[in-house]
Amino acid sequence: MLERGEVANSWRHERWDSLRLLTPNWLSRLPGLRYDGDDPDGYMTTAEVVAFIARFAASARTPVRTGTTVTALRRVEGGYRVTTDHGEIEARAVVIASGACNQPAIPAFAGDVPRGIEQLTPSTYRNPDGLADGGVLVVGASATGLQLAAELRASGRPVAVSVGEHVRMPRTYRGRDVLWWMDASGVWDQRYDEVDDLTRARGLPSPQLVGTPERRTLDLNALAADGVELVGRWASVRDGHALFSGGLRNVFSLADLKLRRMLDGFDEWAKAAGVDAAFDPPERLAPTETPRSPRWQLDLRSGEIRTIVWATGFRPDYRWLDVPVLDAKGRLRHRGGAVASPGLYALGLPVLRRRKSTFIHGIEDDARDVIEDLAAGLGPTQAQTPRPRVATA
Amino acid sequence: MTTTIDNGVNVQALLDARGALVDAPAAAQFTWKASSTWKHGVHSQTTIQNYFGLGEEQSHKTESVFDADHPEVFAAEDNGITPIEYLLVGLTSCLTAGVASVAQNRGIQLRSVEATVEGNHDIRGILGADSDVRNGFNDIKVSFNIDADASREDIEALVAQSQKRSAVFDALTNPTEITVDVA
Repeated sequence: MLERGEVANSWRHERWDSLRLLTPNWLSRLPGLRYDGDDPDGYMTTAEVVAFIARFAASARTPVRTGTTVTALRRVEGGYRVTTDHGEIEARAVVIASGACNQPAIPAFAGDVPRGIEQLTPSTYRNPDGLADGGVLVVGASATGLQLAAELRASGRPVAVSVGEHVRMPRTYRGRDVLWWMDASGVWDQRYDEVDDLTRARGLPSPQLVGTPERRTLDLNALAADGVELVGRWASVRDGHALFSGGLRNVFSLADLKLRRMLDGFDEWAKAAGVDAAFDPPERLAPTETPRSPRWQLDLRSGEIRTIVWATGFRPDYRWLDVPVLDAKGRLRHRGGAVASPGLYALGLPVLRRRKSTFIHGIEDDARDVIEDLAAGLGPTQAQTPRPRVATA
Repeated sequence: MTTTIDNGVNVQALLDARGALVDAPAAAQFTWKASSTWKHGVHSQTTIQNYFGLGEEQSHKTESVFDADHPEVFAAEDNGITPIEYLLVGLTSCLTAGVASVAQNRGIQLRSVEATVEGNHDIRGILGADSDVRNGFNDIKVSFNIDADASREDIEALVAQSQKRSAVFDALTNPTEITVDVA
């Protein structure tokens, strides 16, 4: 197993200070390793996540070659040649486990933002102290955008959030963590070949959740109540002005409707499973309130905004992958983790095999399925051949 | 058990087209065209017949002619609706088409779909009377009244989805690069 840095590298070096896992502790499990602390309903800090993964690496005796960056992967006779900054490795099979979040996905018009405004991404943001005093425009309203907006607003800065399509979720529902419902009702086990629109499911933004000791629900209404200004999806920059979509109301409606459908699904599951009485009564969240007249433009030269935080998601980095397995949009072409090249596999991508694929507890089932397929492909001569290697860039 | 719903939208053809165009983005490039002629005063006439799409020139079954003018309160002859009202025609017809298509796709039988649309417009902008007032609409409100075999929630979802997939809703809510030149 190749790792460019240390075990749990991105959790050690590419996360902001206050981040906690979105998954409650009891659900954060890896094969053979379960949370055994005294706060099962809490959410791990990044340091705790690092310790958890390091513990797993030790207990699983994973042969990790740290400090080894993969610079190229090529198809050769009988398998693949992996080029690293510490030499080459030949393998009959390779698993790409470098994740979906290697590079911040920033719109091209970021280049038109006037100089003098600092631009940060979730990988470079650490805490509010690192920012200039003055206004912040947070772009994106998924988990990251909401968390950073709340933290920056609490630091006393004026904050605006540019909101596109998003997935709204309460932290708890009927007395249980909302992710408990996802788990128990079977939503998370839904397989990639059962999902209606797989492309859409794989592109869904992270749900609007935060892991806090108070198990707080952080939604757009909560942000607005804290004095955060909500504006539409940022569409372009013209003459030094940010132009926002006038469709804010509809992205609220879409998210509210989907939330209602999700909660209806949980209620139906509880009834069908005969466990309805075990929970608090069903509840519905207030609709997202649309500001009276949301701004659709903002003068970036006025000094009102000093910092822009791009919480617009991430994309994978496959620049090292010299095998023609990417689609026109740069996404890995695979069927449930079997990449469109013999002996090449992937793990840890959105809805790879199940809706839970990118959550920590989601890897176990996926890895078992993918490795089974991989081992079958290696055939009966497996014993004499080098063991498969997992590459993380 | 199977009930056939028919809103008159050939959803299968649209889904087939979507599937085919995923791997043929060039064929998906359409150019919509219109030509206008000045008549007199602020009256003009715009005709539409041809467009480009699926890799070749296409033609509507018939030519359509649209008169645009200003009303008498603008001291004009009112030979047709004002240009900005054409945006309302585009918006409401686009959203209505979306409602019908999404309903068909979701198996919802529509009985009636009525929409009213109001665009609020401060004309001091176009008159140059106040430089702080924009030329276009300040805001637009669309109200749907839909009778269908569906819950209120499902109907709201139809309307939300029709906005999400509407060409005109996007064109009005997001900026568009426009080039105007003199031949």
